[in-house]
Amino acid sequence: MMNDNIKKIQPGHGSGGKLMNEMIDKTIIEILGPDSIQLDDSAILDVSASKIAFTTDTFVVTPIEFPGGNIGTLAINGTVNDLAVMGATPKYISCGLILEEGFAFEDFERILKSMKQEADAAGVSIVTGDTKVVPHGKGDKIYINTTGIGIMENPIQRNEIKDGDDIIVSGTLGDHGMTIMAKRNDLKFSSAMKSDCTYLNHMIKDIIDIAKNDIKFIRDATRGGAASVLNEIVKNKEFGAKLIESDIPVHEEVEGICEILGLDPLYVANEGKIIVICSKDKSQSIIETMQKHKQGIDAAIIGEITSEAPGKAFVETFIGGKRMLPLQVEEQLPRIC
Amino acid sequence: MRKDLVKSLGEKLKNKKLLRELRIMEVCGTHTMEFFKTGVKDIFPEGLTLIDGPGCPVCVTANDFLDRAIEIGKDPKIIIATFGDMIKVPSSYSSLGKEKSEGMDIRIVYSPLDCLSLAEENPDREIIFLSVGFETTAPTEAITILEAQKRGIKNFSLLSSNKLTVPAVETLLSLGETKIDGFILPGHVSAIIGANAWKSIPDNFNKPSVVAGFEAQDLITGTLSLIDLIESNQNELKNEYKLIVRDEGNVHAQKLMYDVFEETDAEWRGIGVIPGSGLKIREQYKDYDAALKFPVDVPETVEHKGCRCGELLRGLISPYECPFFGKTCKPEHAIGPCMVSSEGPCAAYYNYGK
Repeated sequence: MMNDNIKKIQPGHGSGGKLMNEMIDKTIIEILGPDSIQLDDSAILDVSASKIAFTTDTFVVTPIEFPGGNIGTLAINGTVNDLAVMGATPKYISCGLILEEGFAFEDFERILKSMKQEADAAGVSIVTGDTKVVPHGKGDKIYINTTGIGIMENPIQRNEIKDGDDIIVSGTLGDHGMTIMAKRNDLKFSSAMKSDCTYLNHMIKDIIDIAKNDIKFIRDATRGGAASVLNEIVKNKEFGAKLIESDIPVHEEVEGICEILGLDPLYVANEGKIIVICSKDKSQSIIETMQKHKQGIDAAIIGEITSEAPGKAFVETFIGGKRMLPLQVEEQLPRIC
Repeated sequence: MRKDLVKSLGEKLKNKKLLRELRIMEVCGTHTMEFFKTGVKDIFPEGLTLIDGPGCPVCVTANDFLDRAIEIGKDPKIIIATFGDMIKVPSSYSSLGKEKSEGMDIRIVYSPLDCLSLAEENPDREIIFLSVGFETTAPTEAITILEAQKRGIKNFSLLSSNKLTVPAVETLLSLGETKIDGFILPGHVSAIIGANAWKSIPDNFNKPSVVAGFEAQDLITGTLSLIDLIESNQNELKNEYKLIVRDEGNVHAQKLMYDVFEETDAEWRGIGVIPGSGLKIREQYKDYDAALKFPVDVPETVEHKGCRCGELLRGLISPYECPFFGKTCKPEHAIGPCMVSSEGPCAAYYNYGK
């Protein structure tokens, strides 16, 4: 075979023997840094806080590389963002790898490098990890689990959400999901789209700093999109969430492809967007703060909390009609992250 | 069109004072959805009712079709290829989704032409495309068969449940079961068959009709225009989607469609067999006809007891009048197809209705 000389993952890379040690020394430590592996069975961390946030997530996205990111950047950013939206400062991340026998080393290294790059930019340390190899055909190249610890230095007060609060989104919706969809289905007409996969902790810290007492809720709008987050907020509550269709930022291309495929960008996954609920008088300064970050340039107020339709999320279309935004039965696209 | 102009058109519709109560029917699943999604249905003036017609191809497909597809798919050398919205539709005893989770090889495609690459990538397998649609999609399916022939692809065939919309609307009117004052006619179908194909609706059945597009301004203009025709007693066919729809339609697409398919009698859910309302693959392309290529014994068809999709598709009831709606019949466990098809009236009411 032509590609015999391409280095590939072998069963021994997960077996605890020489091959594995070689991979740890020459690949993982080389790329992720010496602190990412402990000689002992656990990492010992310095945490000077009485309250920490702790989260875990597993990434199985297909394809593993896509415009705007790869499974590694998703694994870092996803966990960083899950900590940050709680008002925690992300500090430490673990990295569990499940590799499929035959997976090209070159691709593996590229993914590890982008994980390191993303972790550095977000300001988190990868402190421990694990590698297992499954036989060819029993996995899909690479799955990654990341667990994160963040310090609750500046928690959000989570004041009561009430009628008239603003709903803010930090940028365009649907970019990640539609990029994956387009790449997976080889849609040739979608060249300019890319995933919004990014870390949001610095931006979130800044908005909490300026509006700690006025931010009622922050959540990253990943699987299920913005509509699912809004449904979660209003479920069994005395208030509803009203969005103004023409104020919702969506890239023209994403909108077009959604239309062709019959999808709604409000339900499509994002990997670098948050929904914020805040008191009306602080929303403008929150938007301005978001816009100082590249992650928040397109931030906008997209609607408000209303007593109009308790327990429901809905959109007011530009002609003034209403359409409901119910929780979907299932994710529109599987294996999106 | 500029958004402020559309908005003022919307105001005009909202504030329209009708001379009497009107019932208009839309005959296109995409219209069903778009009236909700754009919010146009929400600004209907008092007294205007939109009735959903037999315009969702998945919904009008009789159970027998899916039963046959599932029977054929049981052969492990077969790959069933389908558009996504067939997956959750209940068949007599199962659904494609259930079969898929139990191991049947079912792939979702976005164009029938994708099946040809599937066929080339899987030379030892047989690819069967579930061809469920109206005149809008039939020409693409005809092209797929012609292309398969040209490329010498022998492991591809098509299970056809393609239908023609005009005979269905004529049959509904002949039945005379429900009061309809006028029709919003399907823009995409009309782009293929031409506005003139609907002449019989005003001429023989005295129902004013408007061919309309799918964006907010198209729906508003189409509705206003239809109200005017009805209120001024003009039995006319008006084309409000001239940008896309010609009087004679897309002659090239029609030729392709009839080169490969011929008219046949077809069963419609809720309506029964309508003569000349289906498309079957012509004799000369019989190698691509999955029904002939893979003869199977189809188990006796069972209708879901109490399901009112049939009456709904005849315009007799609204989704809210079905006792199952939103209770035992929901998108996550549907009893009838109208709840799970992406163009189904029940799905539209359930997802977008207040």
